[in-house]
Amino acid sequence: MLKQKFVLYFPAAVTEEPFTYYLIKDYNLMVNIIRADINPRKEGRAVVELSGEKEDFQEGLEFLQSRGVKVFPLEQEIVWVEERCTQCGACTAICPSGALVMERPQMTVKFLNDRCVACEYCIKACPSRAMEVRF
Amino acid sequence: MVKKTYAEINARIKAGEAVVVTAEEVTPMVRERGLEETAATVDVVTTGTFGPMCSSGAFFNLGHSKPRMKMSHVYMNNVEAYTGIAAVDAYLGATQIPDTDAANKTFPGEFNYGGGHVIEELVAGKEVVLEATAHGTDCYPRRKLDKVVRLEDLPQAFLFNPRNAYQNYNVGVNLSDRTLYTYMGILKPNLGNANYSSAGQLSPLFNDPYYRTIGMGTRIFLGGGEGYVTWHGTQHAPGAPRAHNGTPIMPAGTLAVIGDLKGMSSKWLRGVSFLGYGVSMMVGIGIPIPILDEEMLKYTSVSDEELFAPVMDYSESYPQGLGEVLGQVSYAQLKSGEISVNGKLVTAAPLSSYFKARQIAEILKDKIKKGAFLLTEPVFTLQSFMNNDA
Ligand code: SF4
Ligand code: SF4
Repeated sequence: MLKQKFVLYFPAAVTEEPFTYYLIKDYNLMVNIIRADINPRKEGRAVVELSGEKEDFQEGLEFLQSRGVKVFPLEQEIVWVEERCTQCGACTAICPSGALVMERPQMTVKFLNDRCVACEYCIKACPSRAMEVRF
Repeated sequence: MVKKTYAEINARIKAGEAVVVTAEEVTPMVRERGLEETAATVDVVTTGTFGPMCSSGAFFNLGHSKPRMKMSHVYMNNVEAYTGIAAVDAYLGATQIPDTDAANKTFPGEFNYGGGHVIEELVAGKEVVLEATAHGTDCYPRRKLDKVVRLEDLPQAFLFNPRNAYQNYNVGVNLSDRTLYTYMGILKPNLGNANYSSAGQLSPLFNDPYYRTIGMGTRIFLGGGEGYVTWHGTQHAPGAPRAHNGTPIMPAGTLAVIGDLKGMSSKWLRGVSFLGYGVSMMVGIGIPIPILDEEMLKYTSVSDEELFAPVMDYSESYPQGLGEVLGQVSYAQLKSGEISVNGKLVTAAPLSSYFKARQIAEILKDKIKKGAFLLTEPVFTLQSFMNNDA
């Protein structure tokens, strides 16, 4: 069983295709949609967690790519630019998943990548712009 | 009774013998050894704070061009600087945004760039685009100037912040049912979070609550370089209500500070953006407190458990100026990450960096220990009701 989060970019031409349905029906994958921003006839993106058997996983991803969907592992997405971070802690009340946490009593902020659900709330909530979306 | 003068403390600093500790370190020392013994040993207690301080900015002399010019509008990286002073002088404020910024037209505005960011880039040694226009006069004929400048090219540049290092500040919460975008950060509806902004026990004015040693001419750590206290800051309110230990339980004293921008660093001056509000600058300040006697030591030994901040509702009480306080919470509670407001447990997050405040207190401590930073006796101390009454 494999389980991994991906960011999917849909070109405008394909945003109306029912990809989730195909992934579930044809590739036996479990699809957990974490976030989606898809509008008819416009470019869209979604953050999904896929789980399934290794072969199905591979084939499912290949299928998406063959239809023009760009697939990136989620790790590439939200980055913490440590040099810009002032360790203020403002993000810790905003992050809904506990990915940005204050370590006490040192009062330093830590970014726990694997807890991040890519909601992007921190991107604009961080006064120092230390959180970035990278593609 | 321990009594020390500035001159005696400075002599010990010069001899490399001064005992210097941070405002965090002094608390357990006093607890273990008592006031008298510790006051006899410790010469200086260092403090620090690093947070958004909106009332900040820099004066520049931009240098005369040929032909000369009386600049009437100056833009630095598209951010306007005030020019209602002499020909090529200008003041760039930390909260100024470009005229082209959409601000809150699409709410909440992002405010990605402004005066604070320009100052940060200058001290980082980066090039900044300078654009100036003028009406032209007989003595100053030039009407337009466009060039790229670096901090080192400018004849003079000094930070002059009219209000920094607030002695205590509000904890912002939101009682309404919509998200608020404030200078206290994002406040989620229905007491979704509580934001605060003070270094508490490390904060300079919490360690000298009646300003016995701080006033005009006090040499300080400012933005990574050296600076001085020049005056009490705007909104200085020494009459704010106080706890038994003398520390205010509401926003109280403030400082106006000055320092050469050329000696500062972008590590300690940082442009910041507050969603839906605007831009500001995070400023690092550290003040050394001379332990003149047991009383000064007692003030510096105050801990987060004994310092209290007022909780304010930013949906109604603050914007409407009603002044209603929802309660007082200690900095120890705030730093634990959770406070209780109206019977509800609320996540608390800081806007100022305690980690960096501690670094500043450490840097200042090391400098003083090495003899690289001497204390100055203020020409006069800040206005304080304790002084006035005495
Ligand atoms: S809000 Fe930004 S600068 Fe502050 S701790 Fe979080 S990531 Fe760092
Ligand atoms: S993107 Fe969302 S989950 Fe990830 S760190 Fe930022 S606020 Fe937290």
